[in-house]
Amino acid sequence: MSAQRYKWVGTRQNRPDGADKVTGRARFAADFNLPGELVGKVLRSPHAHANIRSIDTTAAARLPGVKAIVTGADFPEQPDQLLPAGEMQVNLRDVTRNIMAKEKALYEGHAVAAVAATTAAVAAEALSLIKVDYEILPHVIDVREAMKDNAPVLHAHMRTEGVKPAPDKPSNIAKRLEFAKGDADAGFAQAEVVIEREFTTEPVHQGYIEPHAALASASEDGQVQLWTTTQGHFQVRGFCCRLLDLETAQLRVTPSEIGGGFGGKTVVYLEPLAIRLSQRAGRPVKMVMSREEVMRASGPTSGGHVKVKLGARKDGSIVAADVTVALQAGAFAGSPVGPSCMCSLACYDIDNIRVVGFDVVSNRPKVAAYRAPGAPISAWAVESVVDMLAQELGIDPIDLRLKNAAKQGTKTHYGASFGVIGLVETLEAAKNSPHYRAPVKPGHARGVAAGFWFNVGADSSAAAQVGEDGTVTIISGNPDIGGSRASLALMAAEELGIDYNKVRPIVADTASIGFNFVTGGSRVTFATGLAVINATRDAISQLKARAAKIWEVDVEGVVWEEGEARPSSTNVGKFEPLSLAKLAASASRTGGPINGHAQLNAQGAGPGFGVHIVDLKVDMDTGIVTIDRYTAVQDVGTAIHPSYVEGQLQGGAVQGIGWALNEEYIYDKQGRLQNPGFLDYRMPVASDLPMIETVLVEVPNPTHPYGVRGVGEVPIIPPMAAIGSAIARATGVRMLDLPMSPPRLSAAIDAATPAMAAE
Amino acid sequence: MMQAEYRAPTSVDEAVGLMAGSGGKGRVLAGGTDLLVQMRAGMQVPGLIVDVKRIAEMTSIVQQDGDWRIGAAVSGAEIHDHAGLRAAWPGVVEAINLIGSKQVQGRASAGGNLCNASPAADSVPALVAAGAVATVQGPNGRRAVPVEQIPAGPGRTSLAPGEIVVSLTLPARPKGSGDAYLRLIPRTEMDIAVVGCGVNLTLSGHNCVAARVALGAVAPTVLLVEAAAKALIGSTLDPASLEAAAAACRAACKPIDDKRGTIVYRTKIAGVLLKRAVAIAAQRAGKH
Amino acid sequence: MSKIHVTTTVNGEPTEFLCNATDTLLDVLRDELRLTGAKEGCGSGDCGACSVIVDDRLTCACLMLGAEAEGRRVLTIEGMAHGDQLHPLQKKFIEMAALQCGVCTPGVLIAAKALLDRNPNPTETEVRFGLAGNLCRCTGYDKIIRAVMDVAADQRETAR
Repeated sequence: MSAQRYKWVGTRQNRPDGADKVTGRARFAADFNLPGELVGKVLRSPHAHANIRSIDTTAAARLPGVKAIVTGADFPEQPDQLLPAGEMQVNLRDVTRNIMAKEKALYEGHAVAAVAATTAAVAAEALSLIKVDYEILPHVIDVREAMKDNAPVLHAHMRTEGVKPAPDKPSNIAKRLEFAKGDADAGFAQAEVVIEREFTTEPVHQGYIEPHAALASASEDGQVQLWTTTQGHFQVRGFCCRLLDLETAQLRVTPSEIGGGFGGKTVVYLEPLAIRLSQRAGRPVKMVMSREEVMRASGPTSGGHVKVKLGARKDGSIVAADVTVALQAGAFAGSPVGPSCMCSLACYDIDNIRVVGFDVVSNRPKVAAYRAPGAPISAWAVESVVDMLAQELGIDPIDLRLKNAAKQGTKTHYGASFGVIGLVETLEAAKNSPHYRAPVKPGHARGVAAGFWFNVGADSSAAAQVGEDGTVTIISGNPDIGGSRASLALMAAEELGIDYNKVRPIVADTASIGFNFVTGGSRVTFATGLAVINATRDAISQLKARAAKIWEVDVEGVVWEEGEARPSSTNVGKFEPLSLAKLAASASRTGGPINGHAQLNAQGAGPGFGVHIVDLKVDMDTGIVTIDRYTAVQDVGTAIHPSYVEGQLQGGAVQGIGWALNEEYIYDKQGRLQNPGFLDYRMPVASDLPMIETVLVEVPNPTHPYGVRGVGEVPIIPPMAAIGSAIARATGVRMLDLPMSPPRLSAAIDAATPAMAAE
Repeated sequence: MMQAEYRAPTSVDEAVGLMAGSGGKGRVLAGGTDLLVQMRAGMQVPGLIVDVKRIAEMTSIVQQDGDWRIGAAVSGAEIHDHAGLRAAWPGVVEAINLIGSKQVQGRASAGGNLCNASPAADSVPALVAAGAVATVQGPNGRRAVPVEQIPAGPGRTSLAPGEIVVSLTLPARPKGSGDAYLRLIPRTEMDIAVVGCGVNLTLSGHNCVAARVALGAVAPTVLLVEAAAKALIGSTLDPASLEAAAAACRAACKPIDDKRGTIVYRTKIAGVLLKRAVAIAAQRAGKH
Repeated sequence: MSKIHVTTTVNGEPTEFLCNATDTLLDVLRDELRLTGAKEGCGSGDCGACSVIVDDRLTCACLMLGAEAEGRRVLTIEGMAHGDQLHPLQKKFIEMAALQCGVCTPGVLIAAKALLDRNPNPTETEVRFGLAGNLCRCTGYDKIIRAVMDVAADQRETAR
């Protein structure tokens, strides 16, 4: 840690929502209720791909207690138009079909109808009475199968974008994109060592413990209130208004405490259905997904197929790279293939690069963002090949990365040039970490990998309201997913010069604060933090003006220090300082309430880089991997609340460990998900893990007053390749497919054993 | 809509009467850790739920003439806390304690694990290896049934309508005996066994004089692998005999490919676990 | 079919409720008694977010029928603090940032209490296996394990 530069920033204060969250008092979405509320439930397609010939709801509607039924016909048609949503792009035509199928069911679990009834039992019985006439169609699950010419086509209107001449036949390839820098072919001609491999990943779910839930109450005059668990209630408002033809001022969305999201709660599923059912029934409607519904119908991230070719000189300089990424989008176009391509080689300063990406639809739930969407998939492949280069060239894997590391001024293959970044510092910190300096234990092996994420800024609004007693309420509009209220309050306290506990942050509903883009892209502490700082400064300038008024001096003669207004110099006059409390108490006599406001589009998010180190052992008889030691090193800019920054690194690393070792979607031949629950969708449990050590490298982001960089997403990028590389060093077998689960690793070891014996 | 009925009888006779009178709609509720999940999934729609946890005989652990009788509804947590049983049958107790999390252990019972008839039930291979006998009571009275005869296939038992498993008896065994249960799961907890292996053996000096081996999750029911036991009996548990027993285990496997493992993997692991479980059982039997 | 009348004790308070035979204890706690601290993360006993202690045994409220609570003592997260005094585990979780989103926290705290009540001196491995039934997707468990170990150490110190 750097020396104490600030009074509050960088300290480990108790979070403002702590007491509520350890006592069960904090209200998550399913904890909200209204008098007279109905229970809403969704009927879902049992088929992976089917035309919906008709839906007969008459028997269900006759069941006593059923108050409303909706199908795709209850939602207006939408234009074929892309909109940004979180870190992904969405198409409204597709979104309305994803929340409720129209002509076709495109994946098992696709919503086809919804019911509101007086009890859960009645709602469930009503679903069983709805008759859907399906025409079952051939389906396709795997991304490479879906790309074939003879694959079943999901969308007859889909033509591959980015291909010339424009194709005239439908395809499951929604888009092809290409990035280039230098001349890849010429680069490979200079290479002395070339390594090329193909890798795959399975889709993995964000795995938030709180299922999606929403409570809607529509009034007869057209006004609607909605309580929901989301990373962006302003996005929920936007989506619902578009999908339901509502005006934004008519819909007030209140975010509940959010029980995890990781990108998965940046889109809508239940919310438009609950509103429409409430409108139809004239009563509040509450809908809660079961875990099975979450797994079958909410977005995992893409599975992918990645081909990587790297060329290097014998001294370790990487001279050429060629990467092809094909990502599953799920049933509708819009995988994170763009960021996947862009992040793939961003850690390296390479002269000659070609990266090609494909966005591919198949009969799976539509993907949603998941922590650094797309980046972990390409990094798994690229970082594995970098490790193979290190092995081949006999160079330490951190040294090899240092030799090729991106630095300030490095121009990326996607066009941007880096400003102040901390990859070199991070690699050096990794090399000097207690973990890397310790010898590898006998029977164990070590792996290393790096990762990059842009981090984003975007729209934020905030307010700082000074209470009569001089305490301050900080109002912002980003659901707090991992302690952001604490970091916003720390920055506000720092600015105001008052005690952290005199500053209370709240997350306001859509009617109580201006627009805020989603909690995503690791943007909240950076961008909303900036809005909070500016709102606080606005309040301070008002406080200084009040002091100037009381003292009858020019406002330039007043400074704000340590929580009070002081004359800027003895020339101004001799005045007793006026504390925030004193100024607040006299506010109505000096011009009325004191409230600071700010709204902005934050530019200059600082890119983040991380390096992870893992020591593990492999049971050669069973293929079981035991993680023995794990360290995450990352440039975090400035750690506003170090505990929650560490928490981001630890949580992201463990999600990556799950991705590496066990998490996967398993489909049967009919395209039905076989593991839609926490029993067989195997996320890491406490006993699977060691402590996750962290090293916070602080290379401040020059565009933020406190040097903040986003930190939440980078940590999920390096684990898969770090673990794969450690496994390769432990067993001699380089795994190319995730997850590296015991049956797969055991089979790979057994397959390699005779070959190794023959060598 | 049919609403189920809940009853909590205090005697086995009463429970059997309720089950017999339920027209096949009755389900026994012991720990409930399978039944409630199946009800939620709509796989079980009972008309009558018979909670047997208020029946003393089904919720107690008794030692008698060297035999241990475990009530079918005793929870894993209570079994864990029973020092005497743990010392006498460490493999069986470990197997029961592997069923689910600490939360599940607070409820789940060996009787429920047996009657749920999953091929992957953790306690069953250990009970089969131990030679455990189930006391079954039904409308026609009581009978004793070797545990391996209770499961009939995935989710099916050989119990007649109205019959319930009252208790499980672990027969006394000679000095120099030891048992062990190992399972393979992808994580360290919270998974269903990909393969389970129970071993119970008796040593005389260096020689193995008695052995029982059982495998879980490699066939539609838990298997008693007599050929593996045969390979161990009469040996000093030398590498060749262990390999022969492992080969017998592999040969006995009739597994499937599913979300938890492949045929190839399960077959291989059956042999691996056999060797590891024998080593632990032998050590418990006093092998140095 | 009429509802079942159940008399029980919840967080030390004599409590009565009516339920259907198939209602789980979690349904009853959340929907009848309005004790929403226990969360439904899965409904199948795989996540531990609904952990409660029944007659001194840790269990998932989703794996127990409400009717089974007759005559038992149920402790939920709402009963963990004493008046306005947080339980040491609750305090430590806040101090050590052992939670992020907080949805698993009630279950983790109940499981940790059950663990320490039986084993005041657990090893890290014992804590990890003691909490293996509680999924947390945010923290990677590190700070949770440290907080529980720290409380155990504090309590040993106090007992000395």
